[in-house]
Amino acid sequence: MIVVLNVFTVLLTILTTTGLLLYRDWRYSLGFLAAQYLVVFWLCQAHWPISMAAVKLVTGWMACAALGITQLSISRPTDAEETSWPQGRLFRLFSAGLILVVTYALANSASSWLGLSLPAAWASLILIGMGLLHLGITAQPFRVILGLLTVLSGFEILYAAVEGSVLVAALLAAVNLGLALIGAYFLYANPLEETR
Amino acid sequence: MSAPFLWILLPILFSGILWIPRNQRVVVLLGCALVFFLTLAAWLLPIEAALQIGSFSFKLGSSIDFLGRYLILTSSDRPFLALVYGSVFLWFIALAALNLSRRLVPLGLVITSLMVASLAVEPYLYAVLFIQMAVLLAIPLLAPIGTRPGRGLMRFLIFQTLAIPFFLFSGWLLTGIEANSGNLVLILQAGILLGLGFIFLLAIFPFYSWIPLLTEEASPLTVGFILWIFPTTGMFFGLGLIDQYTWLRNLTNLPTILTGAGVLMVASGGLLAAFQRHLGRIMGYAVIVETGYSLLAIGLGEKTGLSLFYFLLVPRCLSLITWSLALAIIKENTPSLTLNDIQGHGRTYPFAAAGVVLANLSFASLPLLAGFPGHQALWEVLSRQSLGFTLWILLGNLGLFAGAIRTLIAFSKAQEGTLWKASENWFQRILLSLSWAALTILGLFPQWAQLLWTKLPAMFEHLIQ
Repeated sequence: MIVVLNVFTVLLTILTTTGLLLYRDWRYSLGFLAAQYLVVFWLCQAHWPISMAAVKLVTGWMACAALGITQLSISRPTDAEETSWPQGRLFRLFSAGLILVVTYALANSASSWLGLSLPAAWASLILIGMGLLHLGITAQPFRVILGLLTVLSGFEILYAAVEGSVLVAALLAAVNLGLALIGAYFLYANPLEETR
Repeated sequence: MSAPFLWILLPILFSGILWIPRNQRVVVLLGCALVFFLTLAAWLLPIEAALQIGSFSFKLGSSIDFLGRYLILTSSDRPFLALVYGSVFLWFIALAALNLSRRLVPLGLVITSLMVASLAVEPYLYAVLFIQMAVLLAIPLLAPIGTRPGRGLMRFLIFQTLAIPFFLFSGWLLTGIEANSGNLVLILQAGILLGLGFIFLLAIFPFYSWIPLLTEEASPLTVGFILWIFPTTGMFFGLGLIDQYTWLRNLTNLPTILTGAGVLMVASGGLLAAFQRHLGRIMGYAVIVETGYSLLAIGLGEKTGLSLFYFLLVPRCLSLITWSLALAIIKENTPSLTLNDIQGHGRTYPFAAAGVVLANLSFASLPLLAGFPGHQALWEVLSRQSLGFTLWILLGNLGLFAGAIRTLIAFSKAQEGTLWKASENWFQRILLSLSWAALTILGLFPQWAQLLWTKLPAMFEHLIQ
């Protein structure tokens, strides 16, 4: 059962990260991000007590809520295309495919190095890889925050396997929330730029 | 009372109070009074030793418990605290000349406290999380409401955030090394992760692209403050690690890596500065050059290298304050800081224009200015090790010098008949005149700055052995 669930989390990771990359509507993006935190919760609870792993879920969803509420509260002018990054869905899909292949190749060694299960290692590397790809191809503050939160999610899964300190978990939660608040600040500070 | 409460928690608590007054002058006055008090306290108050004043006895403890971990500030940290809070005092004074103090003073206090906390926290791996908090707080400072967050700001946020995983993982590996000190694979892995962490944290080549972008986008004074506090405390954080871990001190390749990175930054930063058409970007590249000089000094190692590292701190801070203040004054009155837009401003803003050029020349090591004695001593030591590296450094310096000359030409290109008229207010004129004087005096009497840093080496007891 656990193995099936682990495989399911990898599939969910692929779905959410690719979705984040392909869909530009903020509602979809935040939905994918929220689903991503389910993956983080599930993979962290393999190494941590459920109550501690739940912190990741709660923090992640709070981050999504902060970003979502800010998006709802700002005015919504017409869609603005981003000019500084490749627009084609095919290109993004191809890049995502490359990331999946590369991370699968690395997952085995990460798994043995950190003592993680293969699905957990692969899922975390997918999150890191897709997050970095996201950061590389966007200049929109809102999407940069989504990319950073994705990278940190992947890292937190890997790190949960080696460090169980409550303080580190708390400080990382604070960093995640801080990033979400900064995202909200960007939206609030410059609402005309953040529309999609 | 304890030292971490006084120098870390008190400024954070006080910054909350500073949001209340609406008058900028009150904010800057209160902020300056607090940092002046903290500087004086760092200079005079002993830590973990009883201070007897008449019948009143007072002892400042060295540590406090923070969520199960410790914030520790010992007597050897006092010179560093005095240097940091003393410099913040100067930054806040400079802020008084512009309308930025309401935001910058409270946020600047918290950022400074968090950076001090990053050096005080034990074990060290928590430091990076404090630094990240400071980075997040720096965002509203750099992008006030109503301004579009630019690419430089985004890259600053991304690169500083990406440093976290590397430091946290290296912290995990370091515990492994402590248990098994002969494991070369672990040492190599930890070394690589730490190196990558510092590359992002200190904006080392090639991840420094955000610096010139940020100096172009944001207010020069706020960027100047950020570009002073982050690299300075980051360097001390790095030195603390080298001091703490024997295996890191004994890494044979470490001096070569640091020297190489330093030369690359000085040469590339200086050369790129020569081709910029925006005064903010020239300042950004100058900061990159200075980070390179610091790496070079640490890489040279032993007492000489470290003394030079400390020696460079004061002139750098003064030059950066002068440059940022002067640029901020000009920026308030021009559409942009491009060379085209500032043409002829030497006649309308002579004090600020002279401040920009003098600070630039000080960074470019012009003799008789504050930057020269430290840089010259560094060239001398480096030339004994590698003449090739020294030539690259001189080339970088030449680039910065060319940037200063181009700026000077732009300032001087006034239209026929333009009259000399100082548009700066009296306070700005006094501040800028004092900063020119400080740059010149430190250039003529560099030994005077020694009073400020002579006790700094005591922070790292293993490095001075």
